[in-house]
Amino acid sequence: MSTPIARVDNVRKQYLMGSVMVEALRGLSVDFYPGEYITIMGPSGCGKSTLLNILGCLDRPTSGQYVLGGEDVSTLDDDQLSTIRGTRIGFVFQSYNLIQQLNVLENIEVPLYYQGRPQHESRAVARELAKRVGLEDRMEHKPFELSGGQQQRVAVARALANDPLIILADEPTGNLDSTSGSDILSVFDDLNRQGKTLIMVTHSDEVSERAGRVIRLRDGRVERDERRN
Amino acid sequence: MNGATNLRSRIPWQHLVVDVERVRRTMQLGLKSLWLHRLRSLLTGLGIVFGVCSVIAMLAIGEGLSYEAQEQIRRMGSNNIIIRSVKPPEDRSSSAERTRVIEYGLTYADVERIKLTIPTVEVVIPSRIIRSDVWNGTNRIDCDIIGTVPSYPEMRNHHVALGRFFTEEELEENLNVCVLGDGMAEKLFPLDSPLDGIVRIEGDYYKVIGTMEPESERSSMGSPDSNPAAAGPARNATGAPYEMYIPLTAAKSRFGEMLVQRSSGSFSAERVELHEVTIKVGQIDDVVETWHIIADLLTANHKKTDYEIIVPLDLLRQAERTKRIFNIVLGAIAAISLLVGGIGIMNIMLATVTERTREIGIRRALGAKRKDIVLQFLIETVLLSASGGLIGVALGLAIPFFITQFAELQTKVTLWSPLLAFSISALVGVVFGIYPAMRAANMDPVEALRHE
Repeated sequence: MSTPIARVDNVRKQYLMGSVMVEALRGLSVDFYPGEYITIMGPSGCGKSTLLNILGCLDRPTSGQYVLGGEDVSTLDDDQLSTIRGTRIGFVFQSYNLIQQLNVLENIEVPLYYQGRPQHESRAVARELAKRVGLEDRMEHKPFELSGGQQQRVAVARALANDPLIILADEPTGNLDSTSGSDILSVFDDLNRQGKTLIMVTHSDEVSERAGRVIRLRDGRVERDERRN
Repeated sequence: MNGATNLRSRIPWQHLVVDVERVRRTMQLGLKSLWLHRLRSLLTGLGIVFGVCSVIAMLAIGEGLSYEAQEQIRRMGSNNIIIRSVKPPEDRSSSAERTRVIEYGLTYADVERIKLTIPTVEVVIPSRIIRSDVWNGTNRIDCDIIGTVPSYPEMRNHHVALGRFFTEEELEENLNVCVLGDGMAEKLFPLDSPLDGIVRIEGDYYKVIGTMEPESERSSMGSPDSNPAAAGPARNATGAPYEMYIPLTAAKSRFGEMLVQRSSGSFSAERVELHEVTIKVGQIDDVVETWHIIADLLTANHKKTDYEIIVPLDLLRQAERTKRIFNIVLGAIAAISLLVGGIGIMNIMLATVTERTREIGIRRALGAKRKDIVLQFLIETVLLSASGGLIGVALGLAIPFFITQFAELQTKVTLWSPLLAFSISALVGVVFGIYPAMRAANMDPVEALRHE
């Protein structure tokens, strides 16, 4: 296999919950390769979200190493992590997390805005992406004027805007009805076919069946890591 | 794929260009979210609106008042020193000596001494002020009759409106000519021109040779103590007392030096040679020194302090000092109101930051650095306070206009006051916006994304 696009090596993460020290990840190691479609599963409290936060550079491991695109990002400072998030990572959240006062195009543009890309350029990219997720006739709409499925499609378009190394999705179909959910999942399938690396946290076996690799976590460690083909 | 390396390899100046563009777009964003909560923004900015507006309006009123006062003083002549006879206080209160003849005030000898001994003095104008009724047929006016010399109008910056003032010849020949003060002609000669008309004062008749323009300085500067009578004479339309001018010689010979007053059975008499002496100093720099010399001279020759010295230049300086104090007080009030406004803004911005925690989390996740978040909230606060300031400036400029229109009070808006008030309002935005903005920026992105 080729070199991993993201490598998590013996990562531990502890944090204080109230006055109790919780150890969410206990020496977790896993490699992700380019073009993979990975789902991460496990009971709640197993460390899925913590892992996703570290993969997304929203959080830093207490110990261990996280290498993204050949660069050790586990020791970067806050500004550098922001830059990494803005340039190499695309996020799709369970609750869409669109900015309410911005319309569809402006929401898609946000990551490009923080990279300092000129507006005419980012606007063109946003239009292109809105078309790609089938929202060409909703480009000027605000999030509250869209259905859940449409909002999540905006979120997917936004995740693609910065042409990321990996796309991280946190239960992207959790808030959607089955039709919109399978809509979104087929968008993900398409993306994966186009060579995007997807890492998705999910509870649903149905969803994880679409993925080429399923990682099950338990108590902050990898319990099972299986590839299907 | 390698955006991070791209960021590092940018040429230095491009970073600046991007920043200007970013500020512009952040401002657009700020306006958008302020507009989204229009009512809240308006209410929040109201403190600044009122603060700025009251500062400008109060400054304009203060400036207008002091401008008017300074104009009046200036019209008295900043080169002039005015000495007035004042009845000494100890005599005024002693009711037991009602029938005694009170002798006080400036004398012809004082005038001569000032003329001869002080070289900086250019002109000395003595005058007598006698209160009496002036008649034309059955029309009567109670007025101050001022006996003076021909250079009086020029010295006091008080000019003839119609006809002429009397001449040196008329003064020397002791002629019964008179010049009517503002408003008198209409009362005494309601139907025809007052020129060449005849008016009667007690048993003597005077020919009218001219009328004066309205004189505004007396309305505020005229001290009633300087009048021989306890109560001032009737006042004309502009609120100034009626005044009539006759040659000093005529005043001396027709009225004598003894002024007799009878009131409710008591009798009092005063002997005053001159009621007022106006002294013009050649150079403005010599005014203060001349003033001190005159004061010394008068102290040496008068047993009692039966005179007062009015120095318009000194009054002007006092007025300027008063204005400075007024401005300091106003500045303090302004500072307090802007402080209150600023705290109001900070309060709302803190609430806004909490309310928009999720948005902050999203922006951080999508690549916003801490300084981007700081910039966003700081710009929003500054926009809020600066637009409050702008509305305040507009109101603050409108209020003095309406005051001038409807209250007939003079106001004067100086250029710097709206500029200063506006810049301070923007500064308030920065000062009170920095804390909420820092709080927003220091949120943990993970926590912020989880916020409901």
